[in-house]
Amino acid sequence: MTLKSISFLNLRRRKAKAAFVLAGLMIGIATMVALVSLTSALTNEINHKLEKYGANILITPKSENLSLTYEGISLGGFSFQTSEIREAELKTIRDIKNSANIAAIDPMVLGAVKVNGTEALLAGKEFESLLTLKPWWEIQGSLPGADGLVVGSEAARVLGLSIGQSVDLKGRPLIVRGILKPTGSQDDNLLFAQLAVAQEILGKQGLVSLVEVAALCKDCPVEDMVTQISEKLPNAKVMAIQSVVKGRMETIKHFRNFSFGVSALVILVGSLVVMVTMMSNVKERTGEIGIFRAIGFRRSHVMKVVLMEAAVISAAAGVFGYLLGLGAGELAIPLFAESHGAHLSFDPALIGGAFILSLLVGLLSSFYPALMAARLDPHEALRTL
Amino acid sequence: MVYIDAKDLVKRYGGGEAQVEALRGMSFTIAPGEFVAIMGPSGSGKSTLLSIMGALNTPSEGSYLVDGIDIYGLSRDRRADFRREYLGFIFQNFHLVPYLSVAENVMLPLTTKRISNRDKRDMAEEALAKVGLAGKGNRLPNQVSGGEQERAAIARAVVNEPPIILADEPTGNLDEHNSSEVMNLLSRLGKDGATVIMVTHDIDCAAYAQRMLKMSDGRLAETVKLPQRHAA
Repeated sequence: MTLKSISFLNLRRRKAKAAFVLAGLMIGIATMVALVSLTSALTNEINHKLEKYGANILITPKSENLSLTYEGISLGGFSFQTSEIREAELKTIRDIKNSANIAAIDPMVLGAVKVNGTEALLAGKEFESLLTLKPWWEIQGSLPGADGLVVGSEAARVLGLSIGQSVDLKGRPLIVRGILKPTGSQDDNLLFAQLAVAQEILGKQGLVSLVEVAALCKDCPVEDMVTQISEKLPNAKVMAIQSVVKGRMETIKHFRNFSFGVSALVILVGSLVVMVTMMSNVKERTGEIGIFRAIGFRRSHVMKVVLMEAAVISAAAGVFGYLLGLGAGELAIPLFAESHGAHLSFDPALIGGAFILSLLVGLLSSFYPALMAARLDPHEALRTL
Repeated sequence: MVYIDAKDLVKRYGGGEAQVEALRGMSFTIAPGEFVAIMGPSGSGKSTLLSIMGALNTPSEGSYLVDGIDIYGLSRDRRADFRREYLGFIFQNFHLVPYLSVAENVMLPLTTKRISNRDKRDMAEEALAKVGLAGKGNRLPNQVSGGEQERAAIARAVVNEPPIILADEPTGNLDEHNSSEVMNLLSRLGKDGATVIMVTHDIDCAAYAQRMLKMSDGRLAETVKLPQRHAA
């Protein structure tokens, strides 16, 4: 017979009350686990999507000129760089320290061509990586091979081009295979051909005008990568597209804040349930506590009995709350995630965190009721019997 | 020889006009191994006196010494230790903890002692055997009769062999046969060396004691030395 056995025996006797405390705490922990794991899974999904969403590092040739374009509005006609980057140098990008963070490298050659007497900008791209970087592109028709073109919606309208039409670009006939649906970007004004084809037409074999790099990933050191790429390409200007990075960080931060806020609120409610139930439990046991005190239990012994009960329930709430939260998260994830591949991951830190949090909340919420029990006047307590 | 020394004990409850004086200056001494009965009408202060003697209720005035120790000069924790080491309580309504078995109830005073569970169980079985409850330790209190519950309460009071037994109306809820058995048990404990102090309304039960303190209106009205009676 020990203080521990008194706690266990009392829990066994008051199953309903113990279950109520367990449920209050378990729901709080389960909500926390569900939200944190859901947020974590959604964050991963967002990261994954952002990786696909577009480039966040732009490499252009170094220039002493200022740009004459703003948000797609050009002043003084087309302006494009006369200097270029050597395509062969791009391989060195893969040698940087953070090369594992590079999702895609998309070189592009640009040059002016005349179509039916009107000047237009021809862009040479590798369509495979292009679709990775610009998954929102919708093409009416198909992607072209070496003999074809994709035309931006605005360019098609201005130049009067349609699918199947043949276009002569500096003596090389190409067939319009697809028309890009409006994107609201500069892409709407361009003609797209395969990189090698465009380089040949423009006379820029082995040269590229700019390179887009997708390097978004969780905790990606984009600024470090900019420095590393700059070192590899000393003649190029390497820039991080800050808005994308900051936007991603803000999204993740909002998700986290939301989940922590809701979790804190539910755990607070859970702790109040624990405190109120434990207080009513102590009140019900006033006479019994009087007996314990009369036969020589110290105040600390009474506190230990109450806190041990709370610890047992809290530990169980931590374990079951984690499992329940994980289950709820698994069920809820299809409702929040857009892709079917999103899933919750096993996180030992979350298991430990849920267990410790449950113990802490349970013990802290039970501290006042335990103190109340310990401070009961034994003479008065016995009179209640 | 003086073992228990109560001097000018006063106990007031409440304040202002509602103040009630339950004890109005009680003084007495008790020798070690003495069996003392405290009698008096309802409201005479018997239960208040017993709670003060049980180190449960601080007197408003006066001093209470046991074995030379000023009980109410001790800290709360030391007073709890005193209760554990010196006192065995027998309550009128048994006050067994309902979710503990009879044996577990008997083991309660041993709970905080640093002895093995096996020793605790052996001591409980021995105490149960002393009161005639051998083999009934695994039952819950509601699975035994009133007389057996009272005997279990006595076993709990004596399990750690305290020098003082305090009994509050120990036969108040028992029939004649069970009352007689319980009184014989208390009488035997007295003969074994324990100091037994019993509050009772029943003159037949008081007759088992060596001395009777008669109380009236919070004061000691009379002390009566009783003839020695042999336990059955």
